[in-house]
Amino acid sequence: MAETLASPPPEQPETRRDFLALVTASFAAIGVGAVVWPFISSMNPSRDVLALASSEAEIGAIVEGQAVTIMWRGKPVFIRHRTAAEIQEARAALMSELKDPATDQSRVQRDAWLIVIGICTHLGCVPLGQKPTDQRGDYGGWFCPCHGSQYDTSGRIRKGPAPTNLVVPTYTFLSDTKIRVG
Amino acid sequence: MGIGLHNSEFKNPVIRWVDQRLPVFTMMQKEYGTFPTPKNFNYFWNFGALAMVTLMVMILTGVFLAMNYTAHTSMAFDSVERIMRDVNYGWLLRYIHMNGASMFFIVVYTHIFRGMYYGSYKAPRELLWMTGVVIFLLMMATAFMGYVLPWGQMSFWGATVITNLFSAFPIIGDSIVTWLWGGFSVDNPTLNRFFSLHYLLPFVIAGVVFLHIAALHITGSNNPLGVEPKGPQDTIPFHPYYTIKDSFGLVIYFVVFAVLVFFIPNYLGHPDNYIPANPLVTPPHIVPEWYFLPFYAILRAVPDKLGGVLMMFGSIALLFVLPWLDGSPVRSMRFRPLARPFFLLWVVAVVVLGYVGGKPAEEPFVTISRFAAAYYFAYFLVILPLLARIERPLPLPESISRPVLRGGGPLPAGAAAKPMEKA
Amino acid sequence: MKLSIKAVALGAALLLAPLTARAVGEATTYPEVHFSFDGIFGSFDRAAAQRGLQVYKEVCSTCHSMHLLSYRNLVDLGLTPEQAGAVAASFTVTDGPNDEGAMFERPGRLADRFRRPYPNDNAARASNNGALPPDLSVITKAREGGAEYIHALLTGFRDPPPGFVMGSGMNYNAYFPGHQIAMPNILNPDQVAYGDQTPATVDQMARDVATFLTWAAEPELEQRRAMGVKIILFLIVLAGLTYALKRKIWADLH
Repeated sequence: MAETLASPPPEQPETRRDFLALVTASFAAIGVGAVVWPFISSMNPSRDVLALASSEAEIGAIVEGQAVTIMWRGKPVFIRHRTAAEIQEARAALMSELKDPATDQSRVQRDAWLIVIGICTHLGCVPLGQKPTDQRGDYGGWFCPCHGSQYDTSGRIRKGPAPTNLVVPTYTFLSDTKIRVG
Repeated sequence: MGIGLHNSEFKNPVIRWVDQRLPVFTMMQKEYGTFPTPKNFNYFWNFGALAMVTLMVMILTGVFLAMNYTAHTSMAFDSVERIMRDVNYGWLLRYIHMNGASMFFIVVYTHIFRGMYYGSYKAPRELLWMTGVVIFLLMMATAFMGYVLPWGQMSFWGATVITNLFSAFPIIGDSIVTWLWGGFSVDNPTLNRFFSLHYLLPFVIAGVVFLHIAALHITGSNNPLGVEPKGPQDTIPFHPYYTIKDSFGLVIYFVVFAVLVFFIPNYLGHPDNYIPANPLVTPPHIVPEWYFLPFYAILRAVPDKLGGVLMMFGSIALLFVLPWLDGSPVRSMRFRPLARPFFLLWVVAVVVLGYVGGKPAEEPFVTISRFAAAYYFAYFLVILPLLARIERPLPLPESISRPVLRGGGPLPAGAAAKPMEKA
Repeated sequence: MKLSIKAVALGAALLLAPLTARAVGEATTYPEVHFSFDGIFGSFDRAAAQRGLQVYKEVCSTCHSMHLLSYRNLVDLGLTPEQAGAVAASFTVTDGPNDEGAMFERPGRLADRFRRPYPNDNAARASNNGALPPDLSVITKAREGGAEYIHALLTGFRDPPPGFVMGSGMNYNAYFPGHQIAMPNILNPDQVAYGDQTPATVDQMARDVATFLTWAAEPELEQRRAMGVKIILFLIVLAGLTYALKRKIWADLH
């Protein structure tokens, strides 16, 4: 077998075979690459999951000072009916004191309603502060029990390890008493 | 080189460093690179590689399907349909997996046919053959349990009928069936354990495949002439000759596979399995998947419950002892003028069994199945042992290279035929 | 060579025989009917499928569920999201429990599954003389003959032949296995008023609804076939390349 390998017939130059091998291998590689995609893609959210991209909530029954939590894409969304004092407090904050500066006006559509995703931007815990008996931290917003992050009445980070403010989801007021998140 | 390091022949420093400590490259080179392989394989020798690739395809698609499947009686059917409708490319994964089972059996049956025709089971390859039969058995178990998972009517009633086979055994039979079910009927515990085992067994198969190949690489491959290579002139290195030939065969195989998956994905299935399982109604005509039909026919050919079950298991058990039933020293049927027609008739009997297995249990199919089943057993238990004594084989070629060369020795027409790859 | 061919033929026969066994078993022939999705390159006639949706909505859905479908799927049928939303909103679905723990009704949304006509199978049986109207989500995959069978069944209601004994409440159908079906002949000419002025004959409605049901059972059909053509063409080219390379490599040996 050694001799057959060592001396290819002269009319079959090695380069032609190498070229053919290269083309074939590239073609096969394209094929394998194309096959990989459906497997990866199958792990992305499926169409039924994407279809549940929005949640609706009635907010008419939430009195001033009260908050409710709804589910949106498997995550808690905090809806807080703020008191005038809380709005006042949120607007009084100096931009220079904020870790992630943002005005309160830029974070709400209607002054009384603060709507944020209830996930601490540090490592994903759900902060306390929805129930009246909860600890709300020094700034009257939310307090994350995991690592002590504190948010103000606009959901902005004021103290602790969290790097950014609580995220404001896209939402629309369908009426005065109904919102759709997502 | 330092003490304790493998003596690597690789020049690339990285490969060499690894190879000295963990000689995977040397092993690959030895087993799939320079491995001396008979030069006269025909395309039947592609099917081992095809089976290996199919196993990998099945494991891969299966793992991704399992990410979206729910093994619960109330959700299994809908979760499979959700895969088909909502999961990105879920239909593709599922149809590949579903038809892959059929393709796997097509490939393995051809592989077994080749082994039997060319006497690949004979000494010194008995254990190679027997590990192959173990793989076949594991495949059957895996395929059966996989078919239960979509929880359609055929899934449910297939599971019921097959598990009830064990009730044929006296005294302990009923306890075995209850144990298999985890209850008093095929129900959620059954589905759950089948899912668990269906996920496990393919990896067991992969392990036995490793043993199968390890045994193969000790004895070397058989070949269409059935005479062992006499020296280097009879063999060629596995790479590039058989790597490229297997690759070509693989691409052709994928074309057939793709036709099934993309154009007739449900052709080999049964419509009733798109009806959710209903424990109160048995479909009027239940049949197993096509690859079980010959064995199903043997089961039904026997009018006695225990007898039928024993015959069915026996038909597969016979394969284990085939190396000792066939005492002829000649491997390839090319040189066995009597065994050859008897073997081909055995193949016909299996085909006939497959045909009647898909038919209702009524005349004339019952009689036909009895004759075919009788021949199936007679071939192994009577004909092969007898032929070993009375058959006069044709003269064997001296070596592989002689008949392969043009104008080879004075051999009968059949034996001198050129292998397919040169056509 | 001769031998190998024989062996291959035998192998093929071995594999195909069990398959043909089933084909031979199908003795029933259905009236000839052509669908847009027939053949390898067929695709769904959207207009027909949408008419079929109308038939399903106005006729079939009073008894038959299609619980695997959601209203959002109708966008794939060629409806705009607004139209699909309107279809969804025309159904009242039960949701809940709300904050008071009570179930409540609201108009359907795109993400909702098709509304079931009965709360459960027992209710369906009770309203249908003991017969359970099957779910139609995958019906064309679940019946031998698929769309052809659906069309044949819907157009196959006849008077029973003389001497044929009918069970009470049963109807004679030429194509239903056993010929006695609990479903009455519900399609009458002009049962629905098609928006596109297509005459609503029984045959037309049966064909349209069969198209719709095939789409519902195999929504991936068009994507599947298109992808299959591309992949097979690719594989054929790759096979040519591999074969050429194989010949080149093996040429050394001769």
